Amino acid sequence: MPPEAMPLLLALAWRSLRNRPLTTLLTIAAVALSLTLLLGVEQARRGMRESFTGTIRGTDLIVGARGGTTQLLLGSVFGIGSPTGRVPWDVYQRFTAHKAIRWTVPLVIGDSHRGFRVLGTTPSIFEHWRFRSTGRLDFAQGVAMTRDDEVVLGSEVAERLGYALGAKVIVGHGLNAVAGLGDHDAHPFRVVGILRRTFTPLDRALFVTLDGIEAMHGEAGHDDDGDAPHDDDGHGGSSHDEAGHTDGDAAAAAAAPPTMPGAQPPPAMPGASPPPVMPGASAPPAMPGAAPAPAFRFEEEPRALSAFLVGTKTRYETLLLQREINEFEGEPLTAVIPGVTLAELWQTLGTIEGGLRLVGAFTVVIGLLGMLVALYSSLEARRREMAVLRAVGARPATIVSLLVLESGLVTLVGCLVGLALVVGGFALAQGAIESRTGVHIPFRWPGAVEWSYVAATLSAGLLIGLLPAWRAYRSSLADGLSPRL
Amino acid sequence: MTASAASPAVACTDLRFAYAGGPVVLDIPSLVIDGGRTVFLHGPSGCGKTTLLGLLAGVLRASAGRVEILGTDLGTLSGARRDEFRATHIGYVFQQFNLIPYLSAFDNIALPCRLDAGRRARLAGTSLDTAVHDVARQLDIHDLLARRATELSVGQQQRVAAARALLAAPELVICDEPTSSLDADRREGFLRLLFESVRRVGATLLFVSHDPSLATLFDEQRSLPSLNRAARRDAA
Repeated sequence: MPPEAMPLLLALAWRSLRNRPLTTLLTIAAVALSLTLLLGVEQARRGMRESFTGTIRGTDLIVGARGGTTQLLLGSVFGIGSPTGRVPWDVYQRFTAHKAIRWTVPLVIGDSHRGFRVLGTTPSIFEHWRFRSTGRLDFAQGVAMTRDDEVVLGSEVAERLGYALGAKVIVGHGLNAVAGLGDHDAHPFRVVGILRRTFTPLDRALFVTLDGIEAMHGEAGHDDDGDAPHDDDGHGGSSHDEAGHTDGDAAAAAAAPPTMPGAQPPPAMPGASPPPVMPGASAPPAMPGAAPAPAFRFEEEPRALSAFLVGTKTRYETLLLQREINEFEGEPLTAVIPGVTLAELWQTLGTIEGGLRLVGAFTVVIGLLGMLVALYSSLEARRREMAVLRAVGARPATIVSLLVLESGLVTLVGCLVGLALVVGGFALAQGAIESRTGVHIPFRWPGAVEWSYVAATLSAGLLIGLLPAWRAYRSSLADGLSPRL
Repeated sequence: MTASAASPAVACTDLRFAYAGGPVVLDIPSLVIDGGRTVFLHGPSGCGKTTLLGLLAGVLRASAGRVEILGTDLGTLSGARRDEFRATHIGYVFQQFNLIPYLSAFDNIALPCRLDAGRRARLAGTSLDTAVHDVARQLDIHDLLARRATELSVGQQQRVAAARALLAAPELVICDEPTSSLDADRREGFLRLLFESVRRVGATLLFVSHDPSLATLFDEQRSLPSLNRAARRDAA
């Protein structure tokens, strides 16, 4: 084919395709959707990894009760499930003083407010938590909570619930909050700070002090303690809220300590030695000022934590400390290095991802086969057209080029549409994904892997286009100017 | 008259052709057509007319013998060169379905010039646009240029095909039963326009038909069955 014929051939291929709009559009759709699936899996995979990896930086260890490492990580940092078990306060105190440790942040998890997670912690979390590379938890408005009736809101909480500074928040109603059931406002929180958006699960959290958790659990329960003996251990979500509140009744708690979720025995047992199954420990109401913890100005010392975050002095000490904690004899504990545990998680998910990728790849092949069928079956009707082209001087190679261009154009447009669907789709679905799953998938342009998929699809499309082209070549040679129709 | 008047437009010597693995369908000791003539070649259906035209156009390759067009021995040219030669020097009109369905009449007419630089060079300074409009005016399809091929009547399509064959004045115009799909009135009109245009550009017209009633309109008539020894053998 003479090179100057290229624009002409492109125009011919384009018009030929437009002449068969339905077939062409369906074929493009098949290619586009199949590529969307393949790219979407990759995009979601990478986005999720970036999101998860970016959520917790700067924390060297997460320590919780003995249990699954993944569960500990997901429950404490990502708000997916809950860490099981608890870390007694004295154990926490002990490690806080450890020489390898630079800082710690306690976490009490298990309460929620209208579907959002409530974290009992200390203002130190704002100082030490890092997300993505260097992101800090900055305040859009206000300041950190310091008193037991103060709360700081993640940006999405504030936005979705329409809370401003000074607003009163009743923690613990959970999802089943019903107007008129406002009887838990015995311990309302006042919004003192709202965080800037971080695009991490912290946007969906409320932060109260450890005292706040205590106070809430202590003062609630004047009302509906009738259903106190829940043994539900659903820590996340509303079920626990309800439990957390109803169990606040001191008498009930004392009566049934082992089965009571979150319930702690009365004051006489500061060591929190009983085997509580639930984090979200609560101290009985009548214990103001008992065992003050100077670091946090506790009025009521929490008996246990769900987990705590640790910053160590050096990377090396992280490893030693992890080992030390895991082998700690005083209490069965698990310490995880976030990055390592995430890597383990990805490895576990790798098989599934591989399967999804394979499905995606096969779908692309099927899409391209659809194109092959469409082109191939159109050839019979186009033999006359080929003869006309030959008569006006087209070489057989020109005919081949025309058909390869047609499949190339279909694949190219399919790829572009597929790319647009993936990029646009994720951009549009970001909010929905985040509100459904709590996972913020950051917007990202397709990376090298995605482009290589696109390139592979394009080449496969061109290769597949050679088949009908080859047949057209053969028949145009055989037909000459008189196709036997 | 152009230089093609001097050397014959078509000169076949001992031409034989058989489709792969098939019997010899053409065996023509000699066929000479002088330049600038309008020649009527007739023969019944299936006597090898289209095959002969394929050979003359260089789409098919002779099994034996020589095919010279405008002094060029097609047998010495590669396939690609023959395609180029055809694009540059030959206009071709089919019996029907001459047009690329997804192109406009204009684009159909312009196709040979867009495809081949040699043919473009024959425009001799005229722009392609002007040339297309000129030839369309001659064939009275000037108003139809913007229409898609599929929107044209059969008669209009044949005139568009003739315009394409004549664009940029090729030396040889080959028509393969171009009027068989037209009714008698239109046939007359089409031929009149075709003749006028062919004469204007000084081309040689080789017109093939099974309808002997048209023969008298041409400078010369040839009978393919009497030229073709293979056909005579079959008949015998």
